[in-house]
Amino acid sequence: MAQAQQDDKLNLAPKKFNMWIFIFTSFMFFAALTSGFIVYSGGTGHGINAKMPSAFMYSTAAILLSSVTMYLASAAAKGLQFAKQRMYLWLTIALAVVFFAIQVYAWYVLVTQMGIYFSNPNASQSFIYVFTGMHLVHILAGIALLGNTLWRSYRNTPQVKNLFNMQLSSIFWHFVDIIWIYLYVFLLLNQY
Amino acid sequence: MSTLAVHDHAVAHHEGDHGHHKATFLNTYVFSMDHKMIAKQFLITGISMAVIAMMLSILFRIQLAYPETSFPLMETLLGRFAPGGRLDSNFYLSLVTIHGTIMVFFVLTAGLSGTFANLLIPLQIGARDMASPFMNMLSYWFFLTASIIMLSSFMVEKGPASGGWTIYPPLSALPKAMPGSGMGMTLWLISMVFFIASSLMGGINYVSTVLNMRTKGMDLWKMPLTIWALFLTAVLGVLAFPVLVAGVVLLVFDRSFGTSFYLSDIVLNGSQVQPFEGGSPILFQHLFWFLGHPEVYIVIMPAMGISSEVMSVNSRKPIFGYHAMVYSLIGITVLSFIVWGHHMFVTGMNPFLGGVFMITTLIIAVPSAVKTFNWLATLWRGNIRFTAAMLFAIGMVSFFISGGLTGIFLGNAALDINLHDTYFVVAHFHLVMGSAAIFGMLAGVYHWFPKMFGRMMDERLGFLHFWLTFIGAYLVFFPMHFMGLDGVPRRYYAFTEFESMKQWLSVNVFITWAAIMSALAQVAFLFNFIHSIFWGKKATQNPWQANTLEWTTPVEHLHGNWPGEIPTVYRWSYDYSKPGAEEDFIPQTVPFSQTMSSNLPHDFEDNPIGLEEHAKWTSTQKRNEEVK
Repeated sequence: MAQAQQDDKLNLAPKKFNMWIFIFTSFMFFAALTSGFIVYSGGTGHGINAKMPSAFMYSTAAILLSSVTMYLASAAAKGLQFAKQRMYLWLTIALAVVFFAIQVYAWYVLVTQMGIYFSNPNASQSFIYVFTGMHLVHILAGIALLGNTLWRSYRNTPQVKNLFNMQLSSIFWHFVDIIWIYLYVFLLLNQY
Repeated sequence: MSTLAVHDHAVAHHEGDHGHHKATFLNTYVFSMDHKMIAKQFLITGISMAVIAMMLSILFRIQLAYPETSFPLMETLLGRFAPGGRLDSNFYLSLVTIHGTIMVFFVLTAGLSGTFANLLIPLQIGARDMASPFMNMLSYWFFLTASIIMLSSFMVEKGPASGGWTIYPPLSALPKAMPGSGMGMTLWLISMVFFIASSLMGGINYVSTVLNMRTKGMDLWKMPLTIWALFLTAVLGVLAFPVLVAGVVLLVFDRSFGTSFYLSDIVLNGSQVQPFEGGSPILFQHLFWFLGHPEVYIVIMPAMGISSEVMSVNSRKPIFGYHAMVYSLIGITVLSFIVWGHHMFVTGMNPFLGGVFMITTLIIAVPSAVKTFNWLATLWRGNIRFTAAMLFAIGMVSFFISGGLTGIFLGNAALDINLHDTYFVVAHFHLVMGSAAIFGMLAGVYHWFPKMFGRMMDERLGFLHFWLTFIGAYLVFFPMHFMGLDGVPRRYYAFTEFESMKQWLSVNVFITWAAIMSALAQVAFLFNFIHSIFWGKKATQNPWQANTLEWTTPVEHLHGNWPGEIPTVYRWSYDYSKPGAEEDFIPQTVPFSQTMSSNLPHDFEDNPIGLEEHAKWTSTQKRNEEVK
């Protein structure tokens, strides 16, 4: 029986599958928010009526780059180059923080220079904050996940577990990247 | 890191040693990661919540029957919520709201799916535990937290949320709209956040376990219908609950951050103009019902799966139309996402769109009818054993039919506009998803009680419980149809103010007494349940002579379910009364080579070698026959 439980512990495929399903739930969440936007702006005739701040371009660049470093970290982990794996993980986390900062800066631009507030009679404009804010919550979760993988890679973690942690983080990280691109394109298409 | 740890699978293991932890009270009964214990935790919490919700319903039933009478006892019990022994009108609304919330979410979603998915998925597909036992444990603890927060809203000064279980804005979005919109609503929202987290963690685990952890030989088409139903229920939950999260997030922003997603042009208390503009309360209804409609299938599908299994076992017949049963479940799952508009026919929806929703809604009658006919055909000429579980399963079918028929009325936009928000709707959903789902759940409790607690429940008390509840539920809900047809609206505190509705008071008295009778019948169940846990007759390993895998595990629970290897599955789970077999059931673990006399050519559809062996065996038999 102990053997059986040991087998179960090493049976990581179902746990990885859990992550995929979680991504599905997250996807549904953002799909609901964007559908909400469509129903709202279609029903009331309110649009965003503003050009997205250019900060979003830079944050998009940052998060795209972070996907590249994430990929490199996974490749290094598979190739047993652990120093490299850790370096790229550090880089990914750094880029995530940069992304976070730029998003907050974009809010600052929206509020101070464009006069677009969260608390707003035109909820289409409030939706910009909801999209980016909810996405930032996912970014925070992603940073926590990456941090956990990084922290464990300094510990004496078996390679099976290390690879598993890497896979979980990279599935999730690429997902938040893709979600941001989806949201950004959605916002760009609905500017006017 | 840098070590490449090699795990030797052949390391000698110590029998009976749990390897990594010692069994203590805390990790066996409280923070358990064993799916069987978690199932029991869900069940007992669910039953407790059901009892509370039932008592709430009796309170508001008393108000409806005796709107003018004062009950001093009521004031003693409820204090400021029943000044002068008469229920406060705002508290009445709270009772209705919390009754609905608890029954729909806490009892029939978490209590039903949580119990039986946890118990049956690993046991019936042949797995040691869930994909992630830790997440499974969290799922229960989030559920318990949600329950406690929801109940704690009775302790706040202005009472619990009172805008109805659908929490439509603006009542839910403006904290000053009514007493229940304040702290009570906040607690409702916090509770639901925990609840959704719990049910997502549970659902993710169920889906992953069913897809990844089936034992050898258990392909999808050999799974019992319970597993199919619980699996599809989990899929529904995983897809629908995030949408509710989105709706609730926007609601929280409207409540606390001054946005106008759902709010527009509102004046409070006749003078306070609210600063909200441009929002759309209909948007909330779209987001809510996109979850809300799948939610009613989340409630009923596990009951369907349980009833299918229980009816097949106790009819000693294979379930009629196994494949049709599965495809109709899949059909219901898919259709449930494109019918939410039928809750919104009176929102000023474009009549053309209403027509589309009407058609998709009526199409659901097809898979539902397929299931109903299959259940009836399963009973047809069966060797029926009227166990308590069987009675409840049949009761489930009865309620599903009588409640489902009125669904056809309500699915029609032209009729719904008249019947919307009347007692007709109350009657409809209490029969089709309330009583039916509760009966499915009770069937499951009676049937799998021996598996959960190693003892049997008392059958005779079960019969008493069944008949009183069955008759009681019909007496409660059937007259409501006529009230609804007469235009009596739901959620009203009293009908004495309306000349045209006064005549219904006598019916309300009748319904209330029927409700009290059915509530008392539950005492028989509760006594039976608790008494049997400790002093019930000891159960044998397979008390119902069923085929499914859970009955091959020992009566004494152990972590990992099977003491040795997990058994291999060779056949589907419905080989009851197979012609030529020695007994009237053949467990899934019996290979075809051991049942030569009962094999049929279609048992070997994808197995040419088996078919050849079968042909050889039958021709030998025939030759022997001729020699004689």
